[in-house]
Amino acid sequence: MNEFFTLMKPELLIMAILFLLLFIKISKGLANDKLLQFIQVLLLINFVAGFFLNAEGKLFDSMYQTNAMIVLQKNILNLGMFFISLLFTDWFRKCEHLSEFFMLMLSALLGMFYMMSSGNLLMFYLSLELATIPVAAMSNFNLDKKVSSEAAIKMILSSAFSSGILLFGISLLYGATGTLSFTEMPALLTSSPLQILAFVCLFTAFAFKMSVVPFHFWTADVYEGSPVVVTSFLSVISKGAIAFVFVSTLFKVFQPLHDIWYNMIMVLSVMTMLIGNLFALRQQNIKRFLAFSSIAQVGFILVGMSSNSTQGTASIIYFICIYIFSNLAAFGVADLISFFTGKENVDDYKGLYQTNPLLSWVLALSLFSLAGIPPTAGFFGKLFLLSAGATTGNYIFIGIAAVNMIISLYYYLRIIRAVFMDKNETPVEKISINPYTKIGLYICSAGIVLIGLLSWVYDYIESVVN
Amino acid sequence: MEPGLYHLLFISAALFFIGVYGFLTRRNLIAMLMSIELILNSVNLNFIAFNKYVWADKLDGLFFTIFVIAIAAAEAAVAIAIIINLTKNFQSIDVEETEEMKY
Repeated sequence: MNEFFTLMKPELLIMAILFLLLFIKISKGLANDKLLQFIQVLLLINFVAGFFLNAEGKLFDSMYQTNAMIVLQKNILNLGMFFISLLFTDWFRKCEHLSEFFMLMLSALLGMFYMMSSGNLLMFYLSLELATIPVAAMSNFNLDKKVSSEAAIKMILSSAFSSGILLFGISLLYGATGTLSFTEMPALLTSSPLQILAFVCLFTAFAFKMSVVPFHFWTADVYEGSPVVVTSFLSVISKGAIAFVFVSTLFKVFQPLHDIWYNMIMVLSVMTMLIGNLFALRQQNIKRFLAFSSIAQVGFILVGMSSNSTQGTASIIYFICIYIFSNLAAFGVADLISFFTGKENVDDYKGLYQTNPLLSWVLALSLFSLAGIPPTAGFFGKLFLLSAGATTGNYIFIGIAAVNMIISLYYYLRIIRAVFMDKNETPVEKISINPYTKIGLYICSAGIVLIGLLSWVYDYIESVVN
Repeated sequence: MEPGLYHLLFISAALFFIGVYGFLTRRNLIAMLMSIELILNSVNLNFIAFNKYVWADKLDGLFFTIFVIAIAAAEAAVAIAIIINLTKNFQSIDVEETEEMKY
C-alpha cells in the first residue's frame, strides 16, 4: 500500500490538485485573482515535491512502471506547467472559466504522466486519449471566435483519425505476438511482415501527435486558432511528453526492429527539418511562424532519436528542457502583445525595441536559443542532439541537419531585425507587464543563458538516464 | 461453411479502409465522425477475431474492445460538442466552409 503512494506520487499530486479545484468550483468559487495565485502556489509545491521520496518499481502487474528517468521527465513537465501558470497571468485573469480551464489542462497533463509510465499498450492507449481529448476542448475556449472552433475541430478529427490508425496497429500487433505488455513484447518481435505493418501503423500515430512532416497539416492551423496558452501547452508540454514516450518505446520495446525504424526516422527527420524551415520562411503570423519553427525543431529531436543509445535519450531530455524555457519565453512575449494590442503579425513587431525594451530582449534571447546560436542553451541542446546522431556514422544525415540549422537562422533573425532595426511610425505601445509574468520571463531568460553554461545539468541528466 | 479467422480479418480490413476512404472524401463533419467510428469498430472486430481464433487462452483482446468502445463514446461526445459550437459560428457543418486559416 505504501509502495502505491510513493510510486504513483506525481499522478496522485496532480489528481489532488484537480479535485481541490473541483471542490472550490462547486462550493462557492473564488475570484479569478485569488484562484490563480492559489493554483500557482499549488503547481510550485507540485514541482518541488517531485524531487523527494521517489522510488522505482512496477504496479498493477507491470501496467504502470516508473524509474528515475521517468520521474525526471515528469519534473521537467511540471516545471513547464508552472511557467505556463506564471507567464499567461493576464489571459487567465480575464478567463471566464478559469478553474475549468485548469482542470482540462491538468487532466491532459495527468494523461501524459500515465503515458510516460505505461507498461502496457492498453494503458498507453487510454492515457494517450486522456492527453488529447481535453486539449481539443481547450483549443475551443474562445467560444465565439471562428478560428478557435475551426482549430478545435481540426484537432479532434485528426487526433481521432490518428488514434484509429494506432488502434489498428495495436490490434495487428496483438494478433502477431499475443501480448500487450511492453516487457514481453521485444522477445516476440521477429520482423514478420504483419509485425512490420503493425509497427508502421504505431509509428504513424506517434508521428501524427509529434507533427512529423507528412502528418503535420493540423499543427499550424491548430496553433494559430487556439488561445496562446493552449498553443504553448501543445507545443511545449504535449510535444515533450510524446517525444519522451516515443524515445522509450522505440529504444526499449521496438529494439528488435531497429533496422527498420532507423531508416524511417532518417527520412522523416530530413523531410521535417526541410519542410518546417521552408514553410516558416514565408509566415507572417507570429503564432503560425512559431508553429512551423516547432515542426523544424521536431526534426532535430528525430536526429537524436536515430542514435539508438542512452546518449541519445539524455540529449533529447536535455533538449526538451531547454526547449521549454526558450519556447515558453517566446510564446509569453507573443501572448502579451496579442493580449494587449491584438497584433499578431511580424510586421507589427517592427520597432518594438523603442517602446518595450524588456520584451524585445527576452524575445531576442529566446529566438537566439531556438536558432541555436552559441552563448545560449539552444546551441548546446542541438550540439548534443547532433553529436548523439553522429555516433551512428551517418555523416551525410548530420550534415543535412547542420545545413538546416543555418537555413533556420534566416527566419529567426528576420524577426529580430524587425524588432531591433526596422523603423516604424506606429510601434506597439508600451505594455505594462504584471509582476508574475515578469518573474516568469526573468526565470526563462536566466534558464536560457544558464542551462547551457552550467555543465552539471547535462551531467545530471546523463547520470539519471544511465 | 463456418466463418474462420481470415473471413473476419478480411471484413475488418475492408471496414477499416471504408472508414479511411469516408474520412478523406466526406465533406460533412458528422459523416467524418461516423467514418472514424467505422475505423474503431474494425479494430474491435480484429481484436475479437484474434482473441477467439489465435489467442483463445488470453483475454487481453476482449478487454481492449470494451475500453475502445468507452473511449470512442467520450471522443464522440467532445467532437459533437465542438461541432455544435462550430455550427453556431459558421452556420454550416461542411468542412469546406471552415477555411479561416490556410497554408
